[in-house]
Amino acid sequence: MKITFPHMGNTYIVAKSLLDDFEVDYVIPPFNSKKALEIGTKYAPEMSCLPLKINLGNYIEAFEEGADTVLITGGCGPCRFGYYCEMSREILNDNGFNMDILTLELPNGNLKEFMKRIRKLTGGFNIPKVIKVVKDTLHVSKKVDSLEKLTFKARPREVKKGSVDRVYKDFQKDILNVKGSKQILKSIENTKNKIMRLEIDKDYEPLKVGIVGEIYTTIDFFTNLNIDSKLGGMGVEVDRAITVSGWITEHILKAIIPYRKDISYKEASKPYLGAMIGGHAQETIGNSVLYANMGYDGIIQIYPLTCMPEIVAESILPSVERDHDIPVLTLILDEMTGEAGYITRIEAFIDLLKKRKERREIGEELILSGN
Amino acid sequence: MKKKIGIPKCLLYYQYYPLWKVFFEELGAEVILSDNTTKKIMDDGVKLCVDEACLPIKLFYGHVLNIKDKVDYLFIPRLTSVSKNEYICPKFGGLPDMIKHTVKDLPKIIDTEINLRKSKKKAFTTALEIGQFFVSDKTKIKKAFKEAITSYGEYRKKVKQGVIPTDILDKKLSVVKKNDENMLNIAVIGHSYNLYDKYTNMNMIEKLKNNGINVITVDMVDGKIIDEKVKQLNKQMFWYFGRKAIGSAYHFMETGEIDGIIYLMAFGCGVDSFICDFIERKIRKNSEIPFIVLNIDEHTGEAGMDTRLEAFTDMIRWRYRDENNLSAHG
Ligand code: SF4
Ligand code: SF4
Repeated sequence: MKITFPHMGNTYIVAKSLLDDFEVDYVIPPFNSKKALEIGTKYAPEMSCLPLKINLGNYIEAFEEGADTVLITGGCGPCRFGYYCEMSREILNDNGFNMDILTLELPNGNLKEFMKRIRKLTGGFNIPKVIKVVKDTLHVSKKVDSLEKLTFKARPREVKKGSVDRVYKDFQKDILNVKGSKQILKSIENTKNKIMRLEIDKDYEPLKVGIVGEIYTTIDFFTNLNIDSKLGGMGVEVDRAITVSGWITEHILKAIIPYRKDISYKEASKPYLGAMIGGHAQETIGNSVLYANMGYDGIIQIYPLTCMPEIVAESILPSVERDHDIPVLTLILDEMTGEAGYITRIEAFIDLLKKRKERREIGEELILSGN
Repeated sequence: MKKKIGIPKCLLYYQYYPLWKVFFEELGAEVILSDNTTKKIMDDGVKLCVDEACLPIKLFYGHVLNIKDKVDYLFIPRLTSVSKNEYICPKFGGLPDMIKHTVKDLPKIIDTEINLRKSKKKAFTTALEIGQFFVSDKTKIKKAFKEAITSYGEYRKKVKQGVIPTDILDKKLSVVKKNDENMLNIAVIGHSYNLYDKYTNMNMIEKLKNNGINVITVDMVDGKIIDEKVKQLNKQMFWYFGRKAIGSAYHFMETGEIDGIIYLMAFGCGVDSFICDFIERKIRKNSEIPFIVLNIDEHTGEAGMDTRLEAFTDMIRWRYRDENNLSAHG
């Protein structure tokens, strides 16, 4: 059995840590690329959502490198993600890619079946060991996320443009040569220190933008054309409440170790979206409200074309925008998205935010000077 | 004066109107329906709704505009689930919020959540909640609910016998032109609101019938058969419609009575994007039954649709002729 898994931003680092510690044989698919997307688009249903298309590209590229089993998470709706596993199974097999799909999920809360699958994956690890590995994985995922958050803060403040990305991109590449949670953690720590040592402008007060939307497109830097780094380069500090570690705990680890999810977004979304409807629509609405309350200057919503929950969220966001006086930009991605038009829209939005901020500051000065 | 409750003639209207109508009327309300879909309703909906939404949701906006000023209440329940362990679609769950945050000057909206995911029994407590808008007497609501369920049961029975839902809802039997051709049985798979909205599907079902075709839709397949058929799935299908469609497709493939299968797909539908592909794979792999996908969106032209339908039925008829020419007793 040779495992592979789909890419989604930095998820591969966490998956690598898990599989290394379980001593499982695996292939990390080549990084997301135009080629992966082209392959996936060729085989996936035309109207399916973008993440499925890239996932398929990942599997097929990994298949070519010898992978025979795909490890993914599942779920039971209401969104399409819960059926990704079955669609992938059918599509791969119909096209002669002989791959098995191993879904890590709790089928109707069935913990036994889950442990059976874990055992299949690990080849008979004992339970204490499984728990230890899971804990270490969780730790790695949290560290990966906090490193990412550090880049969010450092980029707009860097004195030499591109210096953060240079360190960070090297880390994302070099981590492939490191093995096991221990070494991965060390590498994260080193990278963090390197970024901390970069020269930054402490007095700079950046614009702040909250990124919300569908999880894959907000997290995956290939798909969203490196939006974090682009905004950082424009001197904007970003934040994204949805993270790799949050997702991993939600989907896999909470079956094994208890954890409490931060649900402040639920409360915040209540006046707008009264229920969980699937995907991350409630997070999108709730986090937008929270960002507004925290004094952010703008919100960017990102989602793939035809994404059902985000279409609901997009329909509601104008009310949040009005009630909280915070501009919202919606970016919709598909396999045809061109970089030029995309960047232009982001730049125009940031210009708008800058002008608003200036106007507000002038207004405040006027008030202070008594005019 | 009777309170007027408005029901948009789209989405689950086609499935539950006989239930809703009797329920509200028993409670002393007057039920007002929006008009049949027209170009104006569609255009209004398209204008108001976010571009990315599927056609049926855009139509819903149009119907809300069509009716909102004529009623005291609008019935837009939050439809999370109508069946155990299943959902409808994220958009149904968010529909009342989408409307409230986009459409101006709305009457009061009854947006009670209908969620039977955990248990069917929840239907009654939900009815109690909705009934409170009109009367406070619980026994009265209970009675109304009972009557409503009976009405719904009768409706379902007729549909299962093969009557097209709109023939019942519009209270008229469509006149089918005489045709000399052999009767063909063609199964049609799709959301009820796509199959029975004559404007959006350009009268597809009537056209088939007038062409000597007996139309069987997914709504005519018995629930028990569907339950049985979906057991062959690797993983439980969690969309109500998806399960019904897949179960029916297996049934159509296996009865040996179906001459062709049409999948009517709405542009932008996330559920269809998976279910249609899944079904197509199964049919093409496991049977010889001709299969076609017809797409509807706000730009679909009637001529193109007609050509594709005709080509499909002609092809089936040709196949028969060829087979008959070859077989010994032909
Ligand atoms: S949330 Fe959006 S992208 Fe994700 S499965 Fe659902 S429709 Fe697809
Ligand atoms: S099931 Fe499809 S057509 Fe119906 S609301 Fe959802 S996405 Fe739209």
